[in-house]
Amino acid sequence: MRKGTIYALLLGAVPFITLVFALPLVNRIYPIILGLPFILFWILSWVILTPFILFLAYRVEKKFNPPQGGEEE
Amino acid sequence: MNSALIIIFATILFSSLLGIYAGRRLKMNLENWTVGGRQFGAIIIWLLMAGEIYTTFTFLGASGWAYSKGAPTFYILIYGALAYTLSFFILPALWKVGKRHGLHTQPDFFINRYGSRSLGVLVALIGVFSIIPYLQLQLSGLGLIVEAASNRAVSSHLAIIISFLLTCTFVYTSGIKGAAWVAIVKDVMMVLAVGIVGIGVPLIYFGGFGKMFQALIKQYPHHLMLPGATVHMDVGWVMSTVLLTGLGFYMWPHVFGSAFSAKSAKIIKRNAVIMPFYQIPILLVFMVGFTALLVIPGLENGDMAFLELVSKTYPSWFMGFVGAAGAVTAMVPSAILVLFAATLLAKNVYQTGFRPQASEEKVMSLSRFMVLAVTTLALVFAIFLPNELVPLLIFGYDGVSQFFPGVVLGLFWKRVTKTGVFSGLLAGVAVVILLVLGGKDPFLGMNAGFVGLVVNSIITLGVSLMTKPQIRGLQG
Repeated sequence: MRKGTIYALLLGAVPFITLVFALPLVNRIYPIILGLPFILFWILSWVILTPFILFLAYRVEKKFNPPQGGEEE
Repeated sequence: MNSALIIIFATILFSSLLGIYAGRRLKMNLENWTVGGRQFGAIIIWLLMAGEIYTTFTFLGASGWAYSKGAPTFYILIYGALAYTLSFFILPALWKVGKRHGLHTQPDFFINRYGSRSLGVLVALIGVFSIIPYLQLQLSGLGLIVEAASNRAVSSHLAIIISFLLTCTFVYTSGIKGAAWVAIVKDVMMVLAVGIVGIGVPLIYFGGFGKMFQALIKQYPHHLMLPGATVHMDVGWVMSTVLLTGLGFYMWPHVFGSAFSAKSAKIIKRNAVIMPFYQIPILLVFMVGFTALLVIPGLENGDMAFLELVSKTYPSWFMGFVGAAGAVTAMVPSAILVLFAATLLAKNVYQTGFRPQASEEKVMSLSRFMVLAVTTLALVFAIFLPNELVPLLIFGYDGVSQFFPGVVLGLFWKRVTKTGVFSGLLAGVAVVILLVLGGKDPFLGMNAGFVGLVVNSIITLGVSLMTKPQIRGLQG
């Protein structure tokens, strides 16, 4: 696997860790942040951060994976 | 005629005409009809994909779950973000394979990759069986919305029949491009309706969503953490369900197929980056359900919470606007569902299964005929057997998710074989059927479809390693 792909996959793992595997740790109402119960605040924050994480993955792939000859883009 | 009714029917009619107009200069062959000639740019792809995700279920179901179940509804906010993250890695590779080999549908991919026609027919049949109940759900949702929004001036049956004949017409004439154009109307109206109501009702009744949540926590202390008002939908259920629906989302034949309509792999990849923003309005839908629980408690059917609260709070013309938005929200996904169910039947059941020598013109005209057949079938189900398909609906997501190992390993692992995918798929579907019909869903606190997917993946990997490496089929 190319370096850029590995970095991108690591970044892609972040939403899965925060939005799936961390759920047992955040299943609570307090503290209330910005008016939202904690579990909803947590989920919403990571959903909003996901496009930024993917954008970073996009840039990283571009930087470390130079386009190969003959590849359709 | 009341004002709500005029708004609803004007919207339905305008959308359908726009859909028909979209295809006016296209020569209709399979390539243009199913994948828009692979010419869709960034904006239209975004609209199309967003059009598929926001269905009547998102509208009525997410608020209904917030109302009657509480925190388990959060899964709807999560799984989209997971699905888009996966699509970032999977869809560009899929698009390239589709372009290189001229693929139109999901079974096309399986036939091409694994060199097996029977596998293609099996995938097509599972796809169609999963689509029909999903389509019927859209129909029933539309009927419910229009009937409530017009204050019972129109029966749900009449609303369903009119809007579906119109939907059928623009799918027939314009194919996927028609659906993409109607999605413009739908997205604008939907975001407006959800924005106005989602921000409005907590403000009107409580002075803001923070105060609304305080009142909710005081009155129902456990509603906002898992398992909410349910017994079975605890953390384990949410974790397995978001994994299943996140992995399964792009395995729906219609979502899978629309990836082929992009102009380039780059467009698909960039689209995956911005898609998660489209999840944010779901938060507003939750707000409506939570506010409704405090303002109009005791509704028998939680799915009516959104509409009941709107009709209590806003003037009737606005109810008409929400009804119109809801109707188009059912029409767009339905159009795409009908289109792909029809293509699967004509191309991958008839041609692949029985008449490999059938000409493209023949398959195209049969696809169009199948649009009428599938629409009629869904109408009959929605009108005469509205509740018979509910178990099938549960099976729908669980069923299409079983394609995941075949697709992902097919794209990225050379060693996967036809026999491996065949056995994994059958085992996964069998596990799902046994658990769902046996009343064992959730199984050990986990979603039955997820259990099926785990079994499926293990068998696909194991059997592939035990069988002879396959040379046939495409590489990479």
